[in-house]
Amino acid sequence: MSSEKEPLFSSKNIKLLTEPLGNSNPITVQVLGICSALAVTVKMKPAFVMALSVMVVLAVSNVVISFLRSSIPPRIRIIVQLVVVAAMVILVDQILKAFVYDISKQLSVFVGLIITNCIIMGRLEAFAMGNKPWVSFLDGIGNSAGYGIILIIVAFFRELLGSGTVWGYQVVPEGFYKFGYQNNGLMILPPMALIVVGIIIWVQRARNKKLIESK
Amino acid sequence: MKFLRGYLDKIKPKFEKGGKFEKLHSTFEAFESFMFVPDTVTTKGTHIRDANDMKRTMTVVVLALIPSLLFGMWNVGHQHFVATGQVGTFWELFFMGFLRVFPIVVVSYVVGLGIEFAFAQYRGHEVNEGFLVTGMLIPLVLPVDIPLWMVALATAFAVIIGKEVFGGTGMNILNPALTARAFLFFAYPSYMSGNAVWTHGMMKGDVIVDSYTGATPLADAAAGQIDKLPSVADMFFGFIPGSIGETSTLAILIGAAILLITGIGSARIIFSTFIGGLVMGLLLNAFAVNPYMSVPAYQHLLLGGFAFGAVFMATDPVSAAQTARGKIIYGFLIGFLAILIRVLNPAYPEGMMLAILLMNVFAPLIDHYVIEANISKRLKRAKVKA
Repeated sequence: MSSEKEPLFSSKNIKLLTEPLGNSNPITVQVLGICSALAVTVKMKPAFVMALSVMVVLAVSNVVISFLRSSIPPRIRIIVQLVVVAAMVILVDQILKAFVYDISKQLSVFVGLIITNCIIMGRLEAFAMGNKPWVSFLDGIGNSAGYGIILIIVAFFRELLGSGTVWGYQVVPEGFYKFGYQNNGLMILPPMALIVVGIIIWVQRARNKKLIESK
Repeated sequence: MKFLRGYLDKIKPKFEKGGKFEKLHSTFEAFESFMFVPDTVTTKGTHIRDANDMKRTMTVVVLALIPSLLFGMWNVGHQHFVATGQVGTFWELFFMGFLRVFPIVVVSYVVGLGIEFAFAQYRGHEVNEGFLVTGMLIPLVLPVDIPLWMVALATAFAVIIGKEVFGGTGMNILNPALTARAFLFFAYPSYMSGNAVWTHGMMKGDVIVDSYTGATPLADAAAGQIDKLPSVADMFFGFIPGSIGETSTLAILIGAAILLITGIGSARIIFSTFIGGLVMGLLLNAFAVNPYMSVPAYQHLLLGGFAFGAVFMATDPVSAAQTARGKIIYGFLIGFLAILIRVLNPAYPEGMMLAILLMNVFAPLIDHYVIEANISKRLKRAKVKA
């Protein structure tokens, strides 16, 4: 096998990390994991914690499934994957509850719902079932980073325009409000998250025409 | 006129392909066809071109909106004078409203047309006349003291997200003017609802006479105070607080007459919307478990934005249903849902905007099933030998 000689960060492996950030982004290109992108992006802090949680869950379960891949009977593979993911999600949920209780409360059911996040099942099925642990790990990190970066961009705009804050700190000066500036209430509502994601998709496809589907 | 024509002809080559200002072609084109009837003819085959092109259609709709606009200006002054306990002449009232409403109209047109021109330029399209109507509708459905930057933002949102992302005029799913209003309604509720926003000066804290609350009749009714409802004549002529252009049912009916006589507004949609509202109103009357539900059905048609929405918003040819039977279903459901939301949902004192936007989304589905039904009906009639 030639892969033994292959360096840990070969150009192919680097691609696993960087591709999901741009041209095969799970949210804007594959349109997976939209639900949580709408639900937890009102403020940046919860969005960041959510992105981190997904990263842990996806990276670890990718590695675990990759180790088990030759011993999982194909007919029950989805159940096995679910068990691994669910175990990870419960771990993450308990850790969040123990250390960042406030944010855990804000994220509420959405941490538990990571189990049903399409990105995770998608990567397990499409990648970890057929690849070695190290590359699966990189793939998990890359995809969850691609998910996280969109979450944080959306949350940045929603928090800035909807609450006038960034990461909880007031950034819109008081003077603006005296002149009649108002926080945009629509930004706090989920539909606007969809529109912001839509605008990101628009910008991305305008810059990279290859992503536009042929009719 | 001849001078203008001559001048345009002189500078035209510069905007043609290869000319100095080639990139500004669609801007030039827009101004030329705005000033003169375009001389484009169909070159292949025999065609009859209707003189009733988009420019004329849009102009007629804008004309139909003028009564509402003028009355709205007067009513702004009227409400302000009533609220502050002053007495003024007709022209004082009108002028005061004019000073408030005119800037909103200007902002709406400048922002909207600016974006339309920019997109047309960038994509190499022609500039469409569609925004002429939208630009007039937006001010008419807003409260008078709305800050101008909000008008600009909402117009930009409506034109970009409501229209241009779908491909521009003729491709939009939702009515752009109502998209602008819905945006403001959810983004800045404190400027779009409540009792103080409908009368000029109340938000700033002008001295208000004791008996004046500024509440629209719908707000009073939603609070269960139906004894406070104005007289039917006041509702019909529009001497009530409300958005700028929607209060006077009479002015709207004049507009409706213009649209119907010229055949531009769909009679099917307008009438079925009113019937839908009436049916829902009667249903509510039949059950009347609270005071609001016992408001006579016909009064619902006079209040709030119902008439304005039915005549000018629901009939938008792009976002409405296209088939004849579809139009009737579409209009009926708008009226039906508008009154339902208005009376039974305490969060939204007026349901017209939401009802129209909802049915805009369903219009293609309605059309689909109308066409399917027609196909299966005809197939049954046909006798095909196997």
